[in-house]
Amino acid sequence: TKEEKQRLRKEKKHQKKIKEKKDDKEEKPVGAASQPPTQPSQKGDLAPAPAPVPVPASETPALADKPAKSKADLKAERRARQESERASKQGKKGDVGQPVPTSKPKAPPSELQPVVKRLPEHVQVDNPDVLKKLAKKLERQQIPLRSDYGYKVSLFSHLHQYSRKAPLTQQLGIPSTVIHPAIVRLGLQYSQGIVAGSNARSVALLHAFKQVIRDYTTPPNEELSRDLVNKLKPYISFLNQCRPLSASMGNAIKYIKKEISNIPSQCKEEEAKSKLLSCIECYINEKIILAAKAIAKYSIEKISDGDVILVYGCSSLVNHILCEAFEKKRKFRVIVVDSRPRLEGREALRRLVQRGISCTYVLISAVSYILPEVSKVFLGAHALLANGYVMSRVGTSQIALVAKAFNVPVLVCCETYKFCERVQTDSFVSNELDDPDELIVTRKGKTQLEHWQEVPSLGLLNLVYDVTPPDFVDLVITDLGMIPCTSVPVVLRVKNVDQ
Amino acid sequence: MELQAVLMAAGGGSRMPDLTYNTPKPMLPVGNKPLMWYPLNLLERVGFEEVIVITTKEVHKMMSTDPKMKDVKMKLDVVCIQEDGDMGTADALRHIQQKIKTDVLVVSCDLITDVALHEVVDLFRAHNATLAMLMSKAHEFTDTVPGQKGKKKTAEQRDFVGVDQSGKRLLFMANEADLEDGLSIRKSIMRKHPRMHIKTGLEDAHLYCLKKAVVDFLADNKSISSIRGELVPYLVRKQFSKTTNSPKIKDDAEDQNQKTIDGSTNHELLISSRDEPLLQLAQERSCWNDHRGDMSEAYHGGKLRCYVHIIDQGLCYRVNTLAAYIEANRLAPKLFEEPAVHPSAVISERCQMGSDSIIGALCQVADKTSIKRSTIGNSTTVKEKVKVTNSIIMHGVTIEEGCNIQGCVICSNAVIGRGADLKYCLVGSGQQIEPEAERTNEVIVGTDQLMEI
Repeated sequence: TKEEKQRLRKEKKHQKKIKEKKDDKEEKPVGAASQPPTQPSQKGDLAPAPAPVPVPASETPALADKPAKSKADLKAERRARQESERASKQGKKGDVGQPVPTSKPKAPPSELQPVVKRLPEHVQVDNPDVLKKLAKKLERQQIPLRSDYGYKVSLFSHLHQYSRKAPLTQQLGIPSTVIHPAIVRLGLQYSQGIVAGSNARSVALLHAFKQVIRDYTTPPNEELSRDLVNKLKPYISFLNQCRPLSASMGNAIKYIKKEISNIPSQCKEEEAKSKLLSCIECYINEKIILAAKAIAKYSIEKISDGDVILVYGCSSLVNHILCEAFEKKRKFRVIVVDSRPRLEGREALRRLVQRGISCTYVLISAVSYILPEVSKVFLGAHALLANGYVMSRVGTSQIALVAKAFNVPVLVCCETYKFCERVQTDSFVSNELDDPDELIVTRKGKTQLEHWQEVPSLGLLNLVYDVTPPDFVDLVITDLGMIPCTSVPVVLRVKNVDQ
Repeated sequence: MELQAVLMAAGGGSRMPDLTYNTPKPMLPVGNKPLMWYPLNLLERVGFEEVIVITTKEVHKMMSTDPKMKDVKMKLDVVCIQEDGDMGTADALRHIQQKIKTDVLVVSCDLITDVALHEVVDLFRAHNATLAMLMSKAHEFTDTVPGQKGKKKTAEQRDFVGVDQSGKRLLFMANEADLEDGLSIRKSIMRKHPRMHIKTGLEDAHLYCLKKAVVDFLADNKSISSIRGELVPYLVRKQFSKTTNSPKIKDDAEDQNQKTIDGSTNHELLISSRDEPLLQLAQERSCWNDHRGDMSEAYHGGKLRCYVHIIDQGLCYRVNTLAAYIEANRLAPKLFEEPAVHPSAVISERCQMGSDSIIGALCQVADKTSIKRSTIGNSTTVKEKVKVTNSIIMHGVTIEEGCNIQGCVICSNAVIGRGADLKYCLVGSGQQIEPEAERTNEVIVGTDQLMEI
């Protein structure tokens, strides 16, 4: 079958890579396991990362292949190479330290072959080779490269930082012929923040894909299943350049690509297109609309009369839950916590007050003052990582921490399609840097930070996401039910088996 | 395909009759290039490959013979309309409705600008707008205009443009002529946008991005004949009309009647895409709002939106008056890096040429001439001892010896006799100035033109 063939191909590739890069691979996991915490990095728990664990186990069969060198010699060689690599990496990456292999561990437990761990390119922006590869790839796809803007704080210099005032469209021709107009419009809306929020972005993405599929015609001598996927690749790169893809978007894209490649070759074009369109509709209906209904049903059980619920920022799911609970005549009041520079809480406040829910509005600096009043905290999530960490808007982990200190239960609401196989234990490795100029504010006609770029020792940092450890989260409410944070990998495994 | 470009080149140039009675406005030379070359160049630079040009047969004929037009690499689909027929710009759009398959970008032939066009189109795309237009700060022309006697006339009727706080959303547009009783603003607008900036010093650049639904709407509403004069104010007003907003408001009987009258028109303007519910869902789930302070959702739930991009720096001229024409001639050559002197021109060594002068092709400039801040057209002959300052000389002109020409506009094929002294004059096409003439601040045209009123 196709899956088996793909797996065999992957295994062959891995075998080849093992033989070539055998030493490098041996070093990485060994180094990770035995590196003493010389740097005060937050990566104290490298243990939860499941990826390095299967690798050393499978190293032994590989080692046995080389009877020529003795084990001691090999170990000495490895140590020497390890030291040199560590030294060079320290020089390159400064405080970041040894980059945690965050690449998706595509090896489900059934595969014994070690996975080649590669850092995704969007967290290697300070590596000129990676940048060159990216530039070449974009050139091939005829997508303009968006240049980084402004001084980047050194801790985050490995991430992209774009300016909102320099949209990607100024490098495109106006009647865009290379990229479908719906995708250009979507990219613009992403980069200007008109479509923001994990669910909204996914829905808008699927909507744009529907337009693309409608306007698509198979060129002669090509198969729809392969050609359409190739057509979508440059669009995805373009959207990535406009704004880094979210986990939910990534899962939606994976789903679409799978559906497209599963179209039998004898299927007629019209039939195939209508099938794809209905698949997209189905996905949105199941994973977003119905999931929201299910989550609301479970959450309403947790909301009792007289509750004081704290929410942070504007999560479409949490707003939906609260509105549903209010419809079901639960008596509660809401405290909306907001933070700069996005001030999304205002939008959440508007939606809740419009329904008639009594709300209080505070900024995040007042969280520890109002927490004594709060009975529950409801948080939305951008993604749930495979080690149980919750990736959400920056400030969420702070709220969870303070809530833990006050013994207030924290409930995270998240649909299952946002579950991600990535593993992350800190907010530094993989994040998104927004336009630093958004932090500049003009009060009474004076803009103090107007010329921040001219001050050499000043850097403006506008982070978008942060990760909350599972110890601070008491319950995750998903459409599959209410699960503890540590059950996320189980859900992922079940999902993989299903697919 | 995303956008189709339409160039309106059938205008008569009614505000500069002395220049246009022989040469139609789109072909007037500005910096030795025909006027319509500039918007075509703008479209070409931005990436358009095809343009629909609406023009008259005369202009079409001149276009095919002009060498500069051959430089235009885009495919020009020329649609000829009657010259004397009173066709407004909206009528012209209606005429080509069959050719319009997607959203249109309408440009006027007299626009010279170096604006980044993506700013206007980005507004159109990002907010799914029905109309996006370009405006610039109006220029005060300081050069003396030939033939203008006395002080400059009071400014033409002003345009009142109301924008919201961000400066992008167009809330109100009216011309002074329509506001005899004073400027009244509807309460519905004030409720939704309590802060409105009203600007009067703006000039419309006549560059519009329109949705395809608007062109279809025009086809049904034959009463609208001008884009600028009627369609744009109509669209701006319709943004806030009760019937275009969500039907959550209670209608009384009056509104019901209104609805049936406007019902058909609203259908046209609000043709929703096939996946409207999905778009709605995305907008609902998105935590973005274009305004704050009131309880309504993004865009106040309105489906019809008009946006404007106002530029205050950079070049943006509409060449529809004589003063604008002179100013454009001075500034337009700076847009392009082209040699000031055409390679085929013959200029003698003892000629003093200033650095901001342009000499066209096949010119002959004799000794002891001085040319400063002037534009000299193709195939012009300038004899000895001529002083040309601050002037625009079109094609095929002959200037005899000893002339002194200052601040003049000399149209094509004119002959200036020897020793003539012209200051701030406008010499019409094919005219002959007798030798030793001394004219100041005059418009010299033939007697047959005087009859055209």
